[in-house]
Amino acid sequence: MVEKRTAIYTEEMLESMKKVEAARAANAEFEPRRMTAEEKETLLATYHPDYKQSEFRVLEIGVNKGEKVPTELAALLQANSRITADQVDLNKIDYDVDVLIIGGGGAGASAAIEAHKNGANVMIVTKLRIGDANTMMAEGGIQAADKPNDSPAIHYLDAFGGGHFAAKPELLKKLVCDAPEAIQWLNDLGVEFDKMPDGTMVTTHGGGTSRKRMHAAKDYSGAEIMRTLRDEVLNRQIPVVDFTSAVELILDENGKCAGAVLMNMETRELLVARAKTVILATGGAGRLHYQGFPTSNHYGATADGLVLGYRVGAKLLYADTLQYHPTGAAFPEQIYGALVTEKVRSLGAKLVNKNGEVFMHPLETRDVSAASIIRECTARDNGLATSDGLGLWLDTPMIELKGGEGTIEKRIPAMMRMFGKYGIDIRKEPILVYPTLHYQNGGLDIAADGMTGVENLYAAGEVVGGIHGRNRLMGNSLLDIIVFGRNAGQQASEKAKSTEVGALTLDHIAKFAAEAAEAGIATEVVSPKLLPVYDHGNKNVVKEAF
Amino acid sequence: MENMVNIFLFGKKYAVPANLTIMGAMEYAGYQLVRGCGCRNGFCGACATIYRIAGDRELKVCLACQTKVEDNMYIATLPFFPLVKQVYDVEKISQSEAVMMQLYPEIYACVGCNACTKACTQGLNVMQYIAYAQRGDFEACAEESFDCVMCGVCSSRCPAGISHPQVAMLARRINGKYLAPKTEHLENRVKEIKDGTFEELLEALMQKPVSEMKELYNNREIEK
Repeated sequence: MVEKRTAIYTEEMLESMKKVEAARAANAEFEPRRMTAEEKETLLATYHPDYKQSEFRVLEIGVNKGEKVPTELAALLQANSRITADQVDLNKIDYDVDVLIIGGGGAGASAAIEAHKNGANVMIVTKLRIGDANTMMAEGGIQAADKPNDSPAIHYLDAFGGGHFAAKPELLKKLVCDAPEAIQWLNDLGVEFDKMPDGTMVTTHGGGTSRKRMHAAKDYSGAEIMRTLRDEVLNRQIPVVDFTSAVELILDENGKCAGAVLMNMETRELLVARAKTVILATGGAGRLHYQGFPTSNHYGATADGLVLGYRVGAKLLYADTLQYHPTGAAFPEQIYGALVTEKVRSLGAKLVNKNGEVFMHPLETRDVSAASIIRECTARDNGLATSDGLGLWLDTPMIELKGGEGTIEKRIPAMMRMFGKYGIDIRKEPILVYPTLHYQNGGLDIAADGMTGVENLYAAGEVVGGIHGRNRLMGNSLLDIIVFGRNAGQQASEKAKSTEVGALTLDHIAKFAAEAAEAGIATEVVSPKLLPVYDHGNKNVVKEAF
Repeated sequence: MENMVNIFLFGKKYAVPANLTIMGAMEYAGYQLVRGCGCRNGFCGACATIYRIAGDRELKVCLACQTKVEDNMYIATLPFFPLVKQVYDVEKISQSEAVMMQLYPEIYACVGCNACTKACTQGLNVMQYIAYAQRGDFEACAEESFDCVMCGVCSSRCPAGISHPQVAMLARRINGKYLAPKTEHLENRVKEIKDGTFEELLEALMQKPVSEMKELYNNREIEK
């Protein structure tokens, strides 16, 4: 799986790599202390991107008026609709369903399966293909407190503390209590978890966990889950309308959510979907590249659900907090920003600076780890220059020292392959990493039944805020999409049974525009964004927003 | 000036920086991708691509997001391939080899040309996992096919019309659900939760003031 070397290291990198190699045996033995609560606080306030005030803007309109969100998100939340009400004939219904699910990732697929099980006429609409989602790219694993030395209460404490005591207790309780059942549900669908011969789950630590409760399917955990869910959706013959995005939600005359205006991504044809209940499962926002960060997210992660929900009055919670995964690939440039799973550190690799020194415990929470790496590379000048920025070492050969030869190929084959394509053998050489934009901690505010502040509008998955507070632990996102995806599917299909849809309206578009005009907002931007635009520096080609 | 190479996208020539991936090069050339682009990280299989370096006899395949451009590369993307996906009820499915004969009988028409293996963008031994499926060894098929991203290039090269990724998907689900060992500690914990074993403890935690939660969190014992 390792091809010929095409990645070209700089002299400085090669020199530094020798130091890392020389210190490896001692570094592998060394047990770095964890930071104190005070040290973490100061570190975050000084180096974490969430604390960089100049990168945020206060919203001037909508339900979260007066609150700050990232500048790029503010521009989309306060932008113009892609359509006007008169472009759409709401009497011509193209799809008429009980439950409309917007988004074809892990949460959307889980919701669809449960709604279908509950007898609902359910449909998935997704702007790319089903499975084109961050779920597919989650590598490390999924948490559940199912070992005898663990309990949902310990899981709760880990997640609550890791999220800076900001999670909504009723949501977090649901997350940890439904976790073992979520694993069982996936296992019963045929997901292949790593197990010992006697059936015991192979579990490891993640950053900030106090028990080893990370379940995995090698380092294809999300892919294995997603392809299984997709297969089940197809087995149930649930309609999946792909390459079609939602561009506006539709309310009925009573202010309840009652469908969406859809747009064919290839022909731009507009279509009307009427539904008794709607589930937003549109995922995250990495492709907005907040603060110029690269991202580990899939192509369609453009915060569409936040925009759709916000425009009809659904409230956001913690939209100002993002997760920068500590270890994005920093080299070679072709994979700049790609995820290097936390599992690499769970298995024993430590973070090492350019002098060959271990400068932190490898399994602090993600926000602390990211801030620590940024400090090491900037203020302390202990990083290495790469063509795109800075980076320092993640000493992967330590895994083989600790776990024995063959551990890497068996436990993290995707990582071995990703670097192997450029001739870097991670069994023998360390890799360069730097934080990458990974996860939207905040999102739409929901109650424990999955409903947003707008009646009959549910949300599940990364589009939701509040489950994790202000920072999420590794393995709690795959868990969240399953637990809250299933929950939304069950609840929305049940609610649909007693729902009568009134006359449809798109009045909210003009109303929102009027509010913007009144606030003096004049912009050419339209939203949802749907897709990012990349030109890789070619300024001769003029590309418009999608 | 950056180091540039000439590539041919669907036969048309473009000069692009040599350090770009094929996907990046298409965007550099001016394409706004809708199809053929998913995770951009090698996991989703959306960007299956076929190419030939001018003068080479060999036709190569790759994922566009994971492969650097080369000079004189002739590129055609394969954003969709009509795989056959059979519908079945996982709760009722047989775990014997007969299930393959029933759902994917074409695998028994494999002529052993090994084109699938040569075409795999993940470097998997595709023909071998089909052989395991033929003889009903679903565990081996599951393991051998595990890293499959279901891009479909193998099937595009198959003279027998086999939908390899779907065959493997079926084998993995049978293995995961029925053949892999059961997890006792998981079943126990699900039951404990249903019985309300942790309810009181959790309710108590939820009521505690943040100061107390901080105390608990900062002093919790961490498993080695």
